[in-house]
Amino acid sequence: MSDTTEKAPPQKGDVLLEMRGLRIEGRADEVWFEIVHGVDVTLKRGEVLGLIGESGAGKSTIGIAAMGFARDGCRISDGEILFEGQDLRKTPESELRKLRGNRISYVAQSAAASFNPAHKLIDQYCEAPTQHNVLSRSDAERDAVSLFRRLQLPDPENIVFRYPHQVSGGQLQRAMTAMAMSCRPDLIIFDEPTTALDVTTQIEVLAAIKDAVKQFNTAAIYITHDLAVVAQMADRIMVLRYGDLVEEGVTGPMVAEPQEDYTRDLLAVRTFSVEERARPESKPIVEVRNVTAQYRGAPTPVLHNVDFKIHKKRTVAVVGESGSGKSTTARVITGLLPPLEGEVLYDGQALPKDFRQRNKDQLRKLQMIYQMADVAVNPKQRIRDIIGRPLSFYLGLSGKKKEERIRELLSLIELEPDMFIDRLPSELSGGQKQRICIARALAAEPEMIICDEVTSALDQLVAEGILKLLTRLQDELDLAYMFITHDLATVRAISDEVVVMLQGRVVEQGPRTEMFTPPHHEYTDLLLSSVPEMDPNWLDGLLDRREQLAKEGRMVSGAGN
Amino acid sequence: MADTDMSVATDTQVSPLVCRAATAVVYAFLLAVFLLGVGEFSPWVILGIAAVHAYAFIAYKYWSGLERTGTGDLVVAAVSAVFVIAALINWGSFSAYAWETFFGMAVVQGGILCVVQYWKTLRQAPPSAWFGLIVVMVYALLAILAPIVAPFGETSIVGSQYELWGAACTKVELCPPEAGAKQMILGTDHLGRDMLSRLIYGARNTIGLAFLTTILAFSLGGVMGLLAASLGGWVDNLTSRVVDILMAIPSLVFSLLILTVVGTSYVSIVLVIAVLDSTRVYRLARAVAMNIVVMDYVEVAKLRGEGLWYIIRHELLPNAMPPLVAEFGLRFCFVFLFISALSFLGLGLQPPTADWGSMVKENATLITFEDVTPLVPAGAIALLTVGVNFVVDWFLHKTSGLKS
Repeated sequence: MSDTTEKAPPQKGDVLLEMRGLRIEGRADEVWFEIVHGVDVTLKRGEVLGLIGESGAGKSTIGIAAMGFARDGCRISDGEILFEGQDLRKTPESELRKLRGNRISYVAQSAAASFNPAHKLIDQYCEAPTQHNVLSRSDAERDAVSLFRRLQLPDPENIVFRYPHQVSGGQLQRAMTAMAMSCRPDLIIFDEPTTALDVTTQIEVLAAIKDAVKQFNTAAIYITHDLAVVAQMADRIMVLRYGDLVEEGVTGPMVAEPQEDYTRDLLAVRTFSVEERARPESKPIVEVRNVTAQYRGAPTPVLHNVDFKIHKKRTVAVVGESGSGKSTTARVITGLLPPLEGEVLYDGQALPKDFRQRNKDQLRKLQMIYQMADVAVNPKQRIRDIIGRPLSFYLGLSGKKKEERIRELLSLIELEPDMFIDRLPSELSGGQKQRICIARALAAEPEMIICDEVTSALDQLVAEGILKLLTRLQDELDLAYMFITHDLATVRAISDEVVVMLQGRVVEQGPRTEMFTPPHHEYTDLLLSSVPEMDPNWLDGLLDRREQLAKEGRMVSGAGN
Repeated sequence: MADTDMSVATDTQVSPLVCRAATAVVYAFLLAVFLLGVGEFSPWVILGIAAVHAYAFIAYKYWSGLERTGTGDLVVAAVSAVFVIAALINWGSFSAYAWETFFGMAVVQGGILCVVQYWKTLRQAPPSAWFGLIVVMVYALLAILAPIVAPFGETSIVGSQYELWGAACTKVELCPPEAGAKQMILGTDHLGRDMLSRLIYGARNTIGLAFLTTILAFSLGGVMGLLAASLGGWVDNLTSRVVDILMAIPSLVFSLLILTVVGTSYVSIVLVIAVLDSTRVYRLARAVAMNIVVMDYVEVAKLRGEGLWYIIRHELLPNAMPPLVAEFGLRFCFVFLFISALSFLGLGLQPPTADWGSMVKENATLITFEDVTPLVPAGAIALLTVGVNFVVDWFLHKTSGLKS
C-alpha cells in the first residue's frame, strides 16, 4: 500500500490486476482436487472484464481469488495474483484486510443474504469507509445519500435509514453496489448480481452498475452465466469451462463471431425453438375459470379472476415477474390452495377444490415438476424408490414389472438405468435431478404436467436439454404442459400459448406468434423489451428509448421488485 | 486393515466359510452356556435358548448381508473368538450368568460388526470420537457383565467401614484363604461394601435406567413432535400447550414432587423422567419436522395422495434422524445426570441398590479427610458424559458438514 503513493498517479490503461497461472484446489471427502487449472487474467484500470461459464466453471472462484481469498474448503495452490504489482498470495492477512473493502470490493449474487438484517443500510454502508479511515461517519452518510441517488434508488435521503427487509430485491442489489463503491475502490467484483432478479428489475440494476462503474472509472470483474448480460456490461469477455479458459476477446467481435464451439453453443441456446401448433378444436383438458384466491390470513386476494384454458398436447406458458401469482395459480390447480371463487375444470368436470378431496385418479392425471429439484426429491431415497413409489401407489406395480418400468422411465429421460437406479439424489447433478423429477411425474402416467420454473435454477445448456426432453416427451406421450416461467426466452422457445400475469391478474393471453408481435399490452411490452439481447449496444439503446417514452409520459413500471 | 477398502465388496470367495464357522461356534457356545451352565430347567432357559437361535440367525443374516471383505471377516471372527476363549477360561463365573454372557457376546459381536461395516467412515474419525466410542463400549460391557466382572457382590459387606484402597479382604466366608488374597482395590464404603464392585453394579443400574428412560422419552416425544408438525392445526396447538405447561415447571422440583407422592419405584422414576424429558424431544422433533414438511418432496407426496403414516415414516423420519440421534446422545447424558442427582437427593434408586449418585452422597464425608473415594463415582459419571458427547459431536459434524 505504502509504495503506491510514490508512484505517478494511476492512469486509465495501466495494468491493475494480473493473475498468472492461477491454480485453485477444492476439498471433497478429505481429498484435494484442482478446480481451476492455471488461468491467466489481466485487468486494466477502468476496464470491465466479463467472466462467463456454466456453474462449476470456476468463474466465481477466480473472481474471489482476485481479492487473494479462497472460500472455505478451497485453497489457491499455485500462481501469482498481482494487484498493482503486489502479490496478494504473499501479502499477510492483516495487509489484505486493508485492501479488501477499500481498494477491492465484492458484490454477491444474493444481496438479501449478504446484508445483516439487524442493521440499517446506512450503518452497513458506513462500516467500510470508517473502518479504513477513508471518510468520517458524517461524510460517509452524506456520500451514501449521493451514491444512492446516483444509483437511482428512490428517495435516497430516507431509504438509507431503512432495514434490509424494508426494501425490494432490486433496490437491495443496488444498495449493495453502492456499498461496494463506498471507498471508491479500484476494483469491484460483481458475482452474478442480477441473476436472482426479474428482467424488468435487472435492467435497472444493470444500468445503475454500468453508470457507476463508468463514473468512477472503476475496474470490474463481472461474473455471470448470461452471455447477453455480459455483452452489455463488459469490455472484454473470458469464457470459462471446467476451470479452463475457452476463449478470450473483446466483447463486440466475440459476440458476433465466436471462435470456439463451446462459445457458439452458449450463444446458440437462445435460438432453440419448436413450431407453434394450431389450437385444436377439442375441449380443453384443464380450464381455470374466474379464479380468485387468497392466502389464509392475508388481507387481500393474490389472484383476481384468473381465467385460461389448457388444451391437450399443448404448452401454455404463464409468464410474469415474481409476485405476479403464477405459482399461486399452479397451487390452485393442484388443490393446494382452495380458491375463494371460481373453479378448476378437468375434462369439463369441476375438480374438488382441496386436493385432499380428490381421488387417486384425479391426482394421478395432474402432476407437477418443481423449480428446485434439490428439494423436490427426498435426499434419503434412492432413485429406484423415488420413481418406483408412484408406480406402486397409482398403478399397483411391484417386483419385476416395477423394476422394468423404472428402467424404461430412466431410459426415457436419457439416463442410463444401470448407472443411476441405485443412486441417491446427492450423487446427481442439478440437471439430472430435474430429469428424475420428470421421470417421477411420468411414472404416474399423467395427462397434464405443471412445470413451475423448471429450468430457472439450471445452466443454460442443461436447461436447453431439459426443454428438448420435455418437448420430445410431449410429442410421444401427448402431454399438456402448463409452463410457469419468468424467462421469456423459454416462452419463445416452447410455448403454444402465452398467459401474461401482473399482480394476480391475467393481463393478456393468446397464441405465441400473436403475443410476440406488436401491438402488445404495455406491460407485455415492458417485459418483452427487458429481455437482454446479444447486441452490446442494446442496453444503451433501450435506456434511451425508455427515457424518450418517459418524457412523453408513457412509461409503465413493473411489479416493483 | 488398510486393504479393507481395496478389495471388492462382492467377493464371494472369502466370505461364507469364516462367517458360517464363526457364527456356528458362537451359537454352540451360547447354547452350551444356557444348557450346561444353568443347573435346573426353567422357563428362562427355554427363553434363553430361543433367544440364542434368534440371535444366531440375525447375526448371520446381518453379517452375510454386509459389504464383505476378507479382513473384515477375520477381525469379526477373531474378536468373537477372544470373547469365547475368555469365557471358557472363566467358565465357572460365565456359565453362572447365562444371560449376561449372551448379551455381552451380542454387544461385542454387534460392535465389531458395526466397526467393520462403517470402517471407511470410522477411519477418518478424530481421536476424540474414538475415545468416546471406546469409553461407551467399555461401559456397556461392564454394565452387562457386572456380576461376572465385579470381585464381590453388590450388597455384600466385605470389610469394615471406609477401608483404604487396596486393603485385603478379611471376611473369611467371602474370601476363603485357600483361594488366595483378594484385595478391595478401591476400599470400602460407609457400610463396609466393596467400592469397585458397587461402581460396576452402579454402571448397570444407572446406565440401564437412563437408557430405558431415554428410549421412552424419544418414542413419546418424537412421535408426538412428528405428528404435531405434519398435522398442524389443533393437534399441534394442543400438544404444544401441554408441553409448554410441563416445561414451565422446573423439572427437578416437579419430579421431586411427583416422586414424593407416588413413591420411588423403578417404574415411577422411569415414567416421570421420561415424560419430563419427552417435552424437550418433542420440541426438537417438531422443529426439525417443521422444516421438512415445507419441502417440495413432502408436497409431492401429499399431492400424490399419500397418507399420514407414509409421510412420517418415509419422508419425515429419515431426514429428521441425524439431529434426533445426536439429541439422543445428549438427552441420555442429561437423564443419566438427572437420575444421579435424584439419587443424591435421596429420591432416586433406593439403597441398597448401587448407584453412582447415591454413592457420591453416601461417601461424601470422606472428602473432609482428604480421601478422593467419593470422587470416583463422580468421575465415572463425568467420563461417560464426556465420552458420549465426543461421539455425538463427531456424528453431528459428519451429518451436517459433509453434504451441504
